[in-house]
Amino acid sequence: MIDWIPPHPVNLVDLGFMDSRSKLIDLAAFLDRVQRAGQEGDFRVQALKNAIALLSLDEPQRAKEVLLSFSDPSTEPIAKATMQGAIGAHRG
Amino acid sequence: MQYIEPHGHMVSRTTDDYERMALAGCQAICEPAFWAGFDRASADGFYDYFRQITEYEPKRAARFGIKHYCWLCINPKEAEDIKLAEEVLALIPQFLDKPGVLGIGEIGLNKNSRNELRVFEQHVQLAQDHDQLILIHTPHLEDKLKGTRLIVEALRNFPKIQPKRVIIDHVEEHTIDQVLDHGFWAGITLYPESKCTPHRAIDMLEQRQAERIWMNSACDWGISDPLAVPKTMQEMRKRGWTPAMIRRIAWDNPRAFMGQCGKFGL
Repeated sequence: MIDWIPPHPVNLVDLGFMDSRSKLIDLAAFLDRVQRAGQEGDFRVQALKNAIALLSLDEPQRAKEVLLSFSDPSTEPIAKATMQGAIGAHRG
Repeated sequence: MQYIEPHGHMVSRTTDDYERMALAGCQAICEPAFWAGFDRASADGFYDYFRQITEYEPKRAARFGIKHYCWLCINPKEAEDIKLAEEVLALIPQFLDKPGVLGIGEIGLNKNSRNELRVFEQHVQLAQDHDQLILIHTPHLEDKLKGTRLIVEALRNFPKIQPKRVIIDHVEEHTIDQVLDHGFWAGITLYPESKCTPHRAIDMLEQRQAERIWMNSACDWGISDPLAVPKTMQEMRKRGWTPAMIRRIAWDNPRAFMGQCGKFGL
């Protein structure tokens, strides 16, 4: 197996800015929408707002920290699975 | 460029998908046993499903020049029912010698319950007893971190299981290091909304310098893209990756892991 060869440098901002801009506006619009509808009390919306605050971190660990903020931090197995699906944010 | 799809649920895909994958350069597809979208009524349902993925699906893939391999288990979503799980586990050994069977998978956890964990451990024991490779599913979304920790911890109770013969799939930024640092292989899944985008996958691959990682589409009956791997290969080119390194992820790494099963021939 060949050794790791790092990629050639490319302008990542050129590559990703428009897509990220679009996603951010979409996120902002979603928060506006749920607020207008009086639904911002949903725990998932609060989880989203908590995660957004992590984008201000200085270290390049934002994606990891956002995922951790949505995660169930408990360590013991639950007694019984009462549902099969996942929600996207830990209710806490 | 040729590639391997290491995780695709082709029973739920049409021949259009096979054709597109073949045109995109896919040489082999590996299909883990999974949840059908509903809970099967009995072990007989699993028996028929195992026949489907060991006998029929390889023939369907072969029409497009694609080799088909599979993994066997009762999936975590149906593992809450211990009696059913044990009946299904008892069926598995008779299929292990089939030519395309690579090992036990995709086992794992779903909601991180005691029964799921017990059934997971029973599968690991079965893999150990029959010297099989293991493919593991980590839970979705908010359950993934806890499930990954429980899985890694449980595997440590099986000292005869070699980490290099285990792949823990669907890793994300908050679980990948734990998996790789314990010596296991890691799978990155390119699946809309609930798993990784191409660029996040590429970020993780760069951070870990492509060690013991593969990427897959896990295409299934949900909204998913069987061409997620070649599309990500295209994004790698845009990100400055050399052809040799793209080949390493899309071809060499899957071959290296699955080649540990003597039946995997590419």
